[in-house]
Amino acid sequence: MKNLDFESLKFYTGDEKPFQVLSQDGEVVNPELMPDLSDEQLVDLFKQMLWSRIVGDRSTKLNRQGRLGFIAPTQGQEASEMASNYAMEKDDFLAGAYRDIPQLVKHGLPLAQAFMWSKGHYNGTKFPEELKALPPQIIIGAQYAQTAGIALGLKKAGKPNVAYTYTGDGGTSQGDFYEGLNFAGAFQAPAVFIVQNNGYGISVPRAKQTAAPTLAQKGVAAGLPCFQVDGMDALAVYAVVKQARDYAVAGNGPVLIESLTYRYGAHTLSGDDPSRYRSSDEEAAWHAKDPIERMRNFLVKKGLWDQAQEHAYSEEVNAEVDAAVKELEAQPQQTVSEMLKFEYVDTPAAIEKQIKRYEDKEAK
Amino acid sequence: MAKITMVKAVTDALDEELARDPKVEVFGEDVGKNGGVFRATDGLQARYGEDRVYDTPLAESGIIALANGLATQGFRPVPEIQFSGFIFEAFDEIAGQMARQRFRHSGSRTYPVTIRSPFGGGVNAIELHSDDFSGLLAQIPGLRVVVPSDPYDAKGLLISSIRSDDPVFFLEHLKLYRSFRQEVPDEAYTVPLDKAAVKREGKDVSIITYGYMVRESLAAAEELAKEGIDVEVLDLRTISPLDEEAILATVKKTGRVVLVQEAPWQGGVSGQVAALIAQEGVLSLDAPIGRVAAPDTPYPVSAAEGAWLPNKQDIIDEVRATVNF
Repeated sequence: MKNLDFESLKFYTGDEKPFQVLSQDGEVVNPELMPDLSDEQLVDLFKQMLWSRIVGDRSTKLNRQGRLGFIAPTQGQEASEMASNYAMEKDDFLAGAYRDIPQLVKHGLPLAQAFMWSKGHYNGTKFPEELKALPPQIIIGAQYAQTAGIALGLKKAGKPNVAYTYTGDGGTSQGDFYEGLNFAGAFQAPAVFIVQNNGYGISVPRAKQTAAPTLAQKGVAAGLPCFQVDGMDALAVYAVVKQARDYAVAGNGPVLIESLTYRYGAHTLSGDDPSRYRSSDEEAAWHAKDPIERMRNFLVKKGLWDQAQEHAYSEEVNAEVDAAVKELEAQPQQTVSEMLKFEYVDTPAAIEKQIKRYEDKEAK
Repeated sequence: MAKITMVKAVTDALDEELARDPKVEVFGEDVGKNGGVFRATDGLQARYGEDRVYDTPLAESGIIALANGLATQGFRPVPEIQFSGFIFEAFDEIAGQMARQRFRHSGSRTYPVTIRSPFGGGVNAIELHSDDFSGLLAQIPGLRVVVPSDPYDAKGLLISSIRSDDPVFFLEHLKLYRSFRQEVPDEAYTVPLDKAAVKREGKDVSIITYGYMVRESLAAAEELAKEGIDVEVLDLRTISPLDEEAILATVKKTGRVVLVQEAPWQGGVSGQVAALIAQEGVLSLDAPIGRVAAPDTPYPVSAAEGAWLPNKQDIIDEVRATVNF
């Protein structure tokens, strides 16, 4: 795999073409950037994308049945999300937002807990000790600013790891977005900042967010190497994120990557209707670039994947979803006294008094 | 033991904790080589190096976000917000993030961050350098808000705050930094969080207050003693969560209360104290609760602050009215 020229990418002008490896029919059009992945890893990466699609589709149905709660659809963004996440190590630290649940699960949060978070059960964010991640961020851009601190902490501790974070195109308009890049740059902290430009901040199109021709070039002002990647191309996303990770871990400082992608569904399943702000022609044009189809075409041509495998794997994922739903629905009722108990490490007397009051109420 | 100012007590506390725990880090605007605009971090960078005591880029949200990020990696960050009038830039990282991170994790992680920030008026400063936003901070669940009123408490409370595994907002009153000295032990010691302190014993009436108003209240109490009014002064020290036991105890003891705060009337700490007394201590009262607070305007231009800030005379007048009810 050819190395990216990170030094010249600090002066990215926005005129450069987004990095690409695969054509839509699965041909390698840029062999120089082809990542060093074994056949087994290629299949594994594809399975994660398929997993995300199936879990996303099932989640939509479960939401409509009232069995899940908050869902921010990820269909269409599987290459952008799963291939970037696949480039990371278990001890890298993930600071994602509410649309980055598939990465969080593949980084180590049990699916059942992700479902608990969706449904609004506090057991969802009782993270396993070894999970290196923050709970999904709701405030747009806050995780970018925090990522600088996480990365600085990793650097100070001498760990061979990065902090990585995601936001959308709208998130790049926030002050915290820039503060995150700037702090990470000033401290030369090992951070990988990923912008998933899916075209819209809820309903507001990318063009209305900024006069900057690309979102990537916002990194230039903070001294970061930055560039765009075809976010519907899993191999391109993996290749550039892996290189960015290696660059950051080597002590060269942070990187900003804009991944060009699209969300097929609504902003969230809480009432957003995309037909109010985008055309079906536009949607069809993006469906024609489908990331799963592109990766599948590539694998089928290589003889690494077939229909029977896909069928068997889908069954497996569906069973995993069923088991997670079962676990979700077996969770105990939530109590205020429990919430008050985990609020502080050292519970103040005034809070103890409230715990007592709620325990009395809950015992009735 | 040496007689030192409150700002020196703050420096000493930071010094002790930097020496004791390698995970403690002090950072913010101008805290490094310059030692802070009030010299609260004077000499610390030279002693502990640029990895432990350092300047950040000039952005308050970024500073608190840095602390929140470092806390995920086992550090015990002590960021400084140069003036508490600048907290609005960082309000999401304080109220939306730091204070609720443990809760958001359902108790599975800790965030031992202590934010230090000067606050308060009476030093002839420019706009947004004198405000008391303690009431805003006190309404944030999950956050302890600690306000020392003298050098001894400042050192002991700051050490307790830094050692606490919960997040603390530590407010240092500007006018207390250098206005007087007090005997303070040279070594490290702690003053407990969540505990108010009786700063003057009395039997006729209780003043409940915090921060610089403790000084004004103690001075008022001396004057009032000359007319035979024996005033008890309770210094809240931790304004959120409140030491309810201490508040109700002094109310029960004297039966008369004057609540004094430097912040404007509406939405402040005194309102919460009054509500507690109304709910759980009203039967001990022999007079309505008295109050002294600033007017409900933004902090005024500097030459007008003398007319605007609550002072000793306001407290004396209110105590007399409460006693003579």
